[in-house]
Amino acid sequence: MRYQLMTAALAATVALQFAGPAAATDLEVTHWWTSGGEAAAVAELAKAFDATGNHWVDGAIAGSGGTARPIMISRITGGDPMGATQFNHGRQAEELVQAGLMRDLTDLATKEKWTEIVQPKSLLDGCTLDGKIYCVPVNIHSWQWLWLSNAAFEKAGVPVPKNWNEYVAAAPALEKAGIQPLAVGGQPWQASGAFDVLLAAVGGTDAFLKVYKDKDAEFAAGPEVAKVFKAADDARKMAKNTNVQDWNQATNLVITGKAGGQIMGDWAQGEFQVAGQVAGKDYTCLPGLGLNEMIATGGDAFYFPLLKDPEKSKAQEVLAHTLLDPKTQVAFNLKKGSLPVRGDVDLKAANDCMKKGLEILAKGNVMPWTDQLLSQDTQKQKEDLFSEFFAKQDMTVEDAQKRFAAIVGSAD
Amino acid sequence: MSKSERPSQLFRNLNAKIASIPMIFTALVIFVGGTVWTVFYSFTNSKLLPRLHFVGLDQYYRLWATPRWLISIENLLIYGVLSLVFSLVIGFLLAALLDQKIRFEDTFRTIFLYPFALSFIVTGLVWQWLLNPEFGIQGVVRSLGWTSFSFNPLYDSSIVIYGILIAALWQGTGLIMCLMLAGLRGIDEDIWKAARVDGIPTWKTYLFIIIPMMRPVFITTLVIVASNIVRVYDLVVAQTSGGPGIASEVPAKYVYDYMFFAQNLGQGFAASTMMLLSVIIVIVPWAYLEFGGKKRV
Repeated sequence: MRYQLMTAALAATVALQFAGPAAATDLEVTHWWTSGGEAAAVAELAKAFDATGNHWVDGAIAGSGGTARPIMISRITGGDPMGATQFNHGRQAEELVQAGLMRDLTDLATKEKWTEIVQPKSLLDGCTLDGKIYCVPVNIHSWQWLWLSNAAFEKAGVPVPKNWNEYVAAAPALEKAGIQPLAVGGQPWQASGAFDVLLAAVGGTDAFLKVYKDKDAEFAAGPEVAKVFKAADDARKMAKNTNVQDWNQATNLVITGKAGGQIMGDWAQGEFQVAGQVAGKDYTCLPGLGLNEMIATGGDAFYFPLLKDPEKSKAQEVLAHTLLDPKTQVAFNLKKGSLPVRGDVDLKAANDCMKKGLEILAKGNVMPWTDQLLSQDTQKQKEDLFSEFFAKQDMTVEDAQKRFAAIVGSAD
Repeated sequence: MSKSERPSQLFRNLNAKIASIPMIFTALVIFVGGTVWTVFYSFTNSKLLPRLHFVGLDQYYRLWATPRWLISIENLLIYGVLSLVFSLVIGFLLAALLDQKIRFEDTFRTIFLYPFALSFIVTGLVWQWLLNPEFGIQGVVRSLGWTSFSFNPLYDSSIVIYGILIAALWQGTGLIMCLMLAGLRGIDEDIWKAARVDGIPTWKTYLFIIIPMMRPVFITTLVIVASNIVRVYDLVVAQTSGGPGIASEVPAKYVYDYMFFAQNLGQGFAASTMMLLSVIIVIVPWAYLEFGGKKRV
């Protein structure tokens, strides 16, 4: 009785809210976008989905992807799937797809010609398994950025560096001015990601692919990668005593000029934007650390767990369509600081840094990233190694490289 | 139930037996069954989902070659031994002091027991702030004028585990104190009188008469403290999340991280099997000593 009353009341409110013809369906969407810039971006997605007459039930999980993914996975494997969920496309959800827990979107993709819309093509490859498409990429996020605080360099009396080498050379001046040269937060993925960026920038694209794609352990133990470890050694000396944990706290050190710079993905841009800073004036961004201007085609995608409820399945299709809609793409990516997944949208409002990224993308200077190339198991081992390397100043470079080569050798 | 015939052995205390069926079922299926299942799958290369592809002892070889696991074991040993010793000693001392018929005993008991009402997560966060170099103890002492004062355990790899130990002791000793106090109150007043008549000093009475008499209380305490040590996880997550680097990792966290973050169930199962094994190694000799004399175990 009471249940009926509740349903009636609910139906009434829903009918009032959406007078449109589409039956309103609640769809829970889980994601780990919780920092200021991210939350603003995800609100755009929710707005666009609500406008279709459905209802976006926000399932934000705080504490970065590392915390969120186990929760999402255990919900899906435990038989309580959400309507849609964020993952980084690539291999994070590989086994869920293999186990048949994720919905095959190939029909929808063919109907809406995703293969033609989505640029660059490698994005959709990350969603494809055995020729079938399982996810919708929503943005391109690249890790290879160096964010510099102009104010910090002004205070130290040195010009803002144009690449990594100049930055390393400027570190003593920063330190003398009482500024933390480089900010690296304590979360393990930050140290690991910073190393990957150095590998791609200092070692070059070929070296990166040889290590992570071909998993060549001998090369990883060789002199070319030793150069990268040397750079990583510089980085950890510069990052010493960054007593913060979260990446956005580290970004905040750069925003407030307490730290000279940070190696972080372009999601950091959202934080600069929320703080009201202007690219080129208050902060400087160097893609590929100014050494190797490439964009990795990592990013976020939405996966749709297989649901029994036909209403919700229909709503899933609507959401998938909405996510790729040009208008949603622009609104979302401007707030998020990431690049859109379609080449045909107009980003007039894009700031300096995003324009740099779009240019590189247009030139086709793209490469795959670790999310696509390595299993979570290998990623975790890497994280353990580099968080130890960055925290323990007395760990030798040779020792670290030997352990790195062993991880690459056993990688899958 | 009809009582016309003589009940067989099986049906004696039938109500009690029926009542304990759920617990027996839980113990067998969930504890024993789950344990067997975990050990069994630790010999496979299960990734995100369990699957039956056997790889022999590979997971164990990898486990013992992983620096993080070795650090975890070392941390657990340091933490375990010190936490056992300190919580027993401090707990007993506090209880003995409270037992001197002091004034406001209730107030003191409440104060000492209060931290135990907090979860490990809250304890961890509180101590994370207290030990933070900028806002915590170090910051306060420096602002009082002693600028060279340095107390920064959470950001120093070599002593971070002691920072965690401090928080654990703060949280746990109150309970130990209460258990000990109950034990002390259970000692007959006449024993104290007899000791006094014989002119035995108080400290000797405690050490050679009272403590041996409190053996059951000590064993209960030991079991509680030991189980808290092996499963320490949330405190580390809240205080340091294993950092700096991997300096404060513990085995339970390794198990969780590899099962869920790394999507490698096999590795996580192998690690949890090793944890079980270490518990068995401690428990079996003790159980043998404790019960072996009376009955075969």
